[in-house]
Amino acid sequence: MTPDGTSPQVADMEPESRTGLGRERIAPQTGAPADAHPVAPADAAGTVETKQGLSVTLEQLKAFYGDAEQVKGIDLDFRANEVTAIIGPSGCGKSTMVRCINRMHEEIPGAHAEGRVLLDDADVYDPSVDVVAVRRAIGMVFQKPNPFPTMSVFDNVAAGLRLGSGGRGGRGKADLHAKVEGALRAAGLWDEMSDRLSEPGAGLSGGQQQRLCIARSLAVEPEVILMDEPCSALDPIATLKIEELIDELKKRVTIVIVTHNMQQAARVADRTAFMLSGELVEVGPTQEIFTKPNDSRTEEYVTGKFG
Amino acid sequence: MSAPTPMSGQFARFAVSPARRRKDKLARAAITACTVIALIPLGLVVYYLLSKGLGSWSWSFLSTDPTGNTFFKASSIGGIKSAILGTVEIVALASAIAIPIGIGVAVWLVEYGRASGFAKVVRFFVDVLTGVPSIVFGLFIYIVLIVGTGSSYAGYKGSFALALLMLPVVIRSAEVILLLIPDALRESALALGAPRWRVIFSIVLPTALPGMVTGVLLAIARAAGETAPLLFTAAATDKTNLNLGQFMNSLPVQIYKDVTSPTTAVVNRAWGAALTLVAMILLLNLIARLISRRSRLA
Repeated sequence: MTPDGTSPQVADMEPESRTGLGRERIAPQTGAPADAHPVAPADAAGTVETKQGLSVTLEQLKAFYGDAEQVKGIDLDFRANEVTAIIGPSGCGKSTMVRCINRMHEEIPGAHAEGRVLLDDADVYDPSVDVVAVRRAIGMVFQKPNPFPTMSVFDNVAAGLRLGSGGRGGRGKADLHAKVEGALRAAGLWDEMSDRLSEPGAGLSGGQQQRLCIARSLAVEPEVILMDEPCSALDPIATLKIEELIDELKKRVTIVIVTHNMQQAARVADRTAFMLSGELVEVGPTQEIFTKPNDSRTEEYVTGKFG
Repeated sequence: MSAPTPMSGQFARFAVSPARRRKDKLARAAITACTVIALIPLGLVVYYLLSKGLGSWSWSFLSTDPTGNTFFKASSIGGIKSAILGTVEIVALASAIAIPIGIGVAVWLVEYGRASGFAKVVRFFVDVLTGVPSIVFGLFIYIVLIVGTGSSYAGYKGSFALALLMLPVVIRSAEVILLLIPDALRESALALGAPRWRVIFSIVLPTALPGMVTGVLLAIARAAGETAPLLFTAAATDKTNLNLGQFMNSLPVQIYKDVTSPTTAVVNRAWGAALTLVAMILLLNLIARLISRRSRLA
């Protein structure tokens, strides 16, 4: 696929003009993925990014644990280079739904998903799709910071590059170092970590560990990053840093963030989706969801009447 | 309710009743007694090993073969060189067979088999295998590899018997350690787009390594001390033999033969051999721990 020469504003892009991008990203045996990415247009802030996010569309997504239906047919659109927050009470299926997007849900014994998840225009559940490629295109940050305990800071960030199926071929040491530095810079960790790269990753503070995990997922250059309550184990200052980071990162990736903290959703998200009992109640611009929601249940939840 | 308590005033309600104090003392005394009782035989074993075995330790004890000339002169009975080398070789081959296979089975059980029917069957048979008396493994190898093939005793046949003995211990201990590795670690590696086999080799196994070393050492220690599986597989010989295809001496068998001897010097050699065996296992333990600690930091 040749780079899209027209380069309109991301948010206004017609689906047709980007056709094939997602497909190329996750189809098995694509060539060097770096060559497949179009040069992104200048974003609103005027800085030129070398990458951009892809949109994610859920079509009648259902997720099961055994026979129990946890996510009950969700249609939802995550726009490219936007932050979408998923809010809702515990057990409403937020995490399950998000884990379906990069096909992590099926890693749980007995669990499966139905419906379609389109990355740009390619269904990640298509039988021809390589699940490993899906996960390289759609990164994930988990609730608890979990750097690999046997690895140094550097190795943690390099892990995704080294562990990848085709990770070995033709990648020089200097290139690896450059990618690790780039990911650490993007995660706002480079200044703190540049002289601590050989220390064990598990020895950092909780907030640093979580940013290390973000750097780790950025290193493989995903188009989408899923965050499953990334700040729930962190103190307010570390949380603030992650939130600032999210604001920065959306220039280059699409972000989906599950959060229990409604203030957090209000602070970081462009759009917010409210889920209840495995169903999507409503989705809209964050401002609207929190000030004048359409559904009375949303209003009750965001004003603290239940949940 | 009206019974007077030793404390008064505002602290009265926090006072510990005498009955509870007595129960606490009794329980503490009981568990302390259990610990001491368990330590007595342990201490005695170490004491006797050292007091009886150290006397026969000398360079020539370690560097000469037993002569078989045990009836006349105490000085002519020789040492245990062939037994030491035999044990090292037989156990090394047994470990080389049992450890990779055992860890492989444990990885399959935890990472792939999980709660499937076949995994349950495998777990059941591993449990059964754990409870099989060691002499049965020896007998099995004897029937299959010696009677069955019409051939003679050989060191490698002893290794096979010991490997069978080690296998369930390795599998079970490795499985327990692998189950302790948090799923979050596997998930975060999978979410990076790592294929499952790379997750296992690059994340799960290195993280589990220090724990697995313990189980593996336990298996090696158990195998190294076994007499029964070697008696009619590797048999025994006096002279040093480095060829696993022939009769091979080993420390447990040497001890077994020597301890029944009427000659005091030969019985003392059994004590010396027992102390040597314990020292070798201790040394192996230390080395393995050093290595696994270092690899964790790397």
